[in-house]
Amino acid sequence: MGVGGVGRSRPFAYGAQVMNDIDSLRSETLGAIAAADSLDAIEAVRVAALGKQGSISALLKMLGGMSPEERQVQGPLINGLREAVSDAITARKAALESQVLEARLASERIDLSLPAPEAPRGSVHPVSQVMDELAEIFADMGFAVAEGPEIEDDWHNFSALNIPETHPARAMHDTFYMAPRPAGEAPSGPEGQRMLLRTHTSPVQIRTMTSQEPPIRIIAPGRVYRSDSDATHTPMFHQIEGLVIDRGIHLGHLKWTLETFLRAFFERDDVTLRLRPSYFPFTEPSVEVDVGYSIVNGKRVIGGSEGWMEVLGSGMVHRRVIEACGLDPDEWQGFAFGTGVDRLAMLKYGMDDLRAFFDGDVRWLAHYGFDALDVPTLSGGVGA
Amino acid sequence: MKLSLSWLKSHLETDATVQQVADCLNRIGLEVEGIDNPAERLAGFTVARVLTAAPHPQADKLQVLTVDAGDGNPLQVVCGAPNARAGLVGVFGTEGATVPANGMVLRKTAIRGVESNGMMCSSRELELGDDHDGIIELAADAPVGTAFADFAGLDDPVIEVAITPNRQDCMGVRGIARDLAAAGLGTLKPLAVPPVAARFPCPTEIRTDDPEGCPAFYGRVIRGVRNGASPAWMQARLKAAGQRPISALVDITNYVMLDHGRPSHAYDLATLKGAVMARRARGGETVTALNGKEYALNADMTVIADDSAVHDIAGIMGGEHSGCSDTTTDVLLEVAYFSPERIARTGQALALTSDARSRFERGVDPAFLDDAVELITALILDLCGGEASEVVRAGCPPVEARTLSYDPALCASLGGIDVPAERQRAILESLGFGVDSNWAVTIPSWRRDIDGPADLVEEVVRIVGLDHIPSTPLPRVDGVAKPTATPMQTVERKVRRTAAARGLQEAVTWSFLPEREADAFGGGAWTLANPISEDMKVMRPTLLAGLLSATQRNMDRGAASVRLFEIGRRYFADGERLTVGLVLAGDKAPRGWASGKAAKFDAYDAKAEVLALLAAAGAPVENLQVMGDAGAHLHPGQSATLRLGPKTVLASFGALHPATAKAFDLDGPVVVAEIYLDAIPAKRGGSGFMRSAYTPPPLQAVKRDFAFLVPSTLAAGDLVRAVKGADKANIVAARIFDRFEKDGQLSLAVEVTLQPTEKSYAEADLKAISDAVVAAAAKLGASLRG
Repeated sequence: MGVGGVGRSRPFAYGAQVMNDIDSLRSETLGAIAAADSLDAIEAVRVAALGKQGSISALLKMLGGMSPEERQVQGPLINGLREAVSDAITARKAALESQVLEARLASERIDLSLPAPEAPRGSVHPVSQVMDELAEIFADMGFAVAEGPEIEDDWHNFSALNIPETHPARAMHDTFYMAPRPAGEAPSGPEGQRMLLRTHTSPVQIRTMTSQEPPIRIIAPGRVYRSDSDATHTPMFHQIEGLVIDRGIHLGHLKWTLETFLRAFFERDDVTLRLRPSYFPFTEPSVEVDVGYSIVNGKRVIGGSEGWMEVLGSGMVHRRVIEACGLDPDEWQGFAFGTGVDRLAMLKYGMDDLRAFFDGDVRWLAHYGFDALDVPTLSGGVGA
Repeated sequence: MKLSLSWLKSHLETDATVQQVADCLNRIGLEVEGIDNPAERLAGFTVARVLTAAPHPQADKLQVLTVDAGDGNPLQVVCGAPNARAGLVGVFGTEGATVPANGMVLRKTAIRGVESNGMMCSSRELELGDDHDGIIELAADAPVGTAFADFAGLDDPVIEVAITPNRQDCMGVRGIARDLAAAGLGTLKPLAVPPVAARFPCPTEIRTDDPEGCPAFYGRVIRGVRNGASPAWMQARLKAAGQRPISALVDITNYVMLDHGRPSHAYDLATLKGAVMARRARGGETVTALNGKEYALNADMTVIADDSAVHDIAGIMGGEHSGCSDTTTDVLLEVAYFSPERIARTGQALALTSDARSRFERGVDPAFLDDAVELITALILDLCGGEASEVVRAGCPPVEARTLSYDPALCASLGGIDVPAERQRAILESLGFGVDSNWAVTIPSWRRDIDGPADLVEEVVRIVGLDHIPSTPLPRVDGVAKPTATPMQTVERKVRRTAAARGLQEAVTWSFLPEREADAFGGGAWTLANPISEDMKVMRPTLLAGLLSATQRNMDRGAASVRLFEIGRRYFADGERLTVGLVLAGDKAPRGWASGKAAKFDAYDAKAEVLALLAAAGAPVENLQVMGDAGAHLHPGQSATLRLGPKTVLASFGALHPATAKAFDLDGPVVVAEIYLDAIPAKRGGSGFMRSAYTPPPLQAVKRDFAFLVPSTLAAGDLVRAVKGADKANIVAARIFDRFEKDGQLSLAVEVTLQPTEKSYAEADLKAISDAVVAAAAKLGASLRG
């Protein structure tokens, strides 16, 4: 551009005319592009300028009719115009598209303070959770989980455990008995005694020792029943039994096992035990175990020794029990212990009403229950 | 067993404080349940004299007193007691003292405009008696200013000890003293048994006709007694022990029972006729006991009777008509030894407990009959006067000495603590055992509980102190602990956590149900003979009843949505079956800004949970059939069972029958399910953790839709199964994606997924598969919709 000049020959005059056209077309088209306010309008400008019948397309067509010299001069000018317009259209189109997008996004705004759809939250009952915790701790010490029936016979629940019928200890167990069933229809004890609801998990000791060769290490959690109902007692509750039968087992092993288990369960190293002599017909010597607690914010917390609370009954398995199970008490000896699972849960997690455990109140379950993924593990800590 | 510290110290020479005594008792296996110190409760109450009494200016029934509490600074006290008067010596509660009866803390206050500083107290306010008609009146010379507890001899703490059933010997104060002495807390004082002069032959024949139930019956007559109140010291001890003083003769037998663990009985001789004997009761005999109740006796029970009637349920409770009263002048004393087993059986049969029974059934000291007779007689003569006959000794108590062979090494091998043999010997001897040079140990007559060497280990370690046993690690296997859960336990855990992850809350409900609830679910196999209430009577044949009751309680509390599950046992004649129960009730989803109305649960929600939980349990859910017979508790048209083969029912589910819902007082749709975990076949083991080989197919799966018109009775599941089975090599999935009914015809649209394996399908392949699908559906009466 600006190369041609006044005073040139006609062809030059022709060229000057084209140049004028190009200049005005440029300003006219660029003006139209700038003025286009929608994608439709910009498309119209594009068709008018660069479409088959478009003004710039017409100029390009003229190139074919020019002399080489003229084309050499005009070609770059016309192509330059085409590129400038084309670029301007692309830029304008992008700007318009972005405006449209912004408008759309603005119109799509939602109120995210509104609630999202909620999935229901389930929970695991504290009794189940604590049983899983106990199973995990004792698995590490080599204890398997054993089970037995809740509807028991007299022999397994009492006689085999050295509690004969006239034994005063039977009065301590407020036993639920079963109404008799037609003969032959239901199981009964080895001597056909009446059936009852087990008053403790100790019959599982008997069932294990009569069905399995020593050495034995088991825990037996489960439901037990006593005819007792007040603010702190329910006719059904949960116990866990532990049994070790081996050679050379003594009270020192029992003490270590209980210390180790309680420290692992409460995840505190300052758990201290106080062992007191006691009496259970199926153990000799018998030991009651108190655990030290401290008072934190008015609540008893396990650990320390501001006070003592009774948590466990235990002892060396009575030789008559070992004999009743068909084992030689001079070869095999061991210890047993039992404690309340509900009580352990209450002490660890701070519930104070046993009755609520069995009410199924969804609010209580949501508050005291555990998440499905709170699976107790040794590496992650058994507590949740 | 309750005893006061001073009582204990009448047997035990010791300077120990009550706390030291309590700590020692706990250490040696006599568990202290509480210490009650009346002096602490009565702190701030002193002996005081009323100096003046004038009417209250504003109230007719009140007086304004000046009270001298001994500090030379008389106080003004407003008092409402009618007996308040000048000169009265009573008990004054000063500012800051806590009234035992009601816990009120005394403050300076104004009563009807008159200042009052403290309170003159009644017996009831101090929990000393029931009298509330006026304030306490003490003797005029009672020392004003003295702490009332000291003055009244109430500064004697009471220890409550829980005695385990094996320790009958500690059901008397002296036995506890003996244990404490062995533990080093003091010295056991020698027991003085004053011999009583027998003044005349026993006029009453005494014999035992039941040597099995009553091997020994010792007795004597004491005549010319005067019954009345027992002395204050005895009353104080009885009250400390929780016994109500009655009369000297009754109190003496109770006192000796508590002092020595030795029950006895005193009869009013005037009520007896002829010989007095221990014998078996006869069928049809009855006796009215001291508690006023009549008991029917049978021939398995031992009684004390005379020629005309039964006077005593032997060793358990005396008869109402032959006991001592204020008019008694001649007494027959019975000190017998009853067989513990007989006492236990009789007590159980009659459901009758007593202090005597609890001692006799645990076995009283068979060598303490003569001493007991003399101790009781001496007390009677001392307190009631009279003269004693010779003692009659019918039968013979089982006093043969029992010995055990003991190896002191057992202390270490069983008790886990090495105690030198000589220390063990000393401990056993201090407890009354005889130990010879070969370690043959003679058991004291009062220790019926000792029957093996392990008992001797216990005696040694409890006196040494269990705290001294060194903690000894249990041997453990090398390496990481092995898994211990059984396959069923693993299944239970997986199902539980799957259910919780799916939004269900785990509940634990009672194993027993009301009979009507059990009956609504087909009835229970086991009924309790002695239920605690009618609501807890039948062992559950279903988990649903307990869950429905819990649901109802939640609904009553305003819960909008309840999703509960439980894993537990159902109880049948042939065993206990591990089962999952679940209940969905209320809103499945609440009304919402996006979803509109609240959504309710339907049977498909129950089905979804059942399938998810069955899958978690490892059941082959792909192979299950939906069949009927889900139970009468469910809606007959909206319930089903899931079966593996025609017989094995793995689960049942559906909407609750409206009648069942009504029985549980539930409104609106409630859906339930039970999964029978014990019916799920165990997974076959073999390849361990190895999965079956699998490579994702390289070719893309192809989907084809088929719309069928089917008979309206056709189960969609049958159609899907037929379609899936039409070409097992190519069809990997089929699912219903549309369903509608029109003009009595049912339209089911099935999306079929085809998976090419080696090469992509040609048109001809697809046509062949389509034809097979249509042909398979046609067998069920389905035709392609035009």
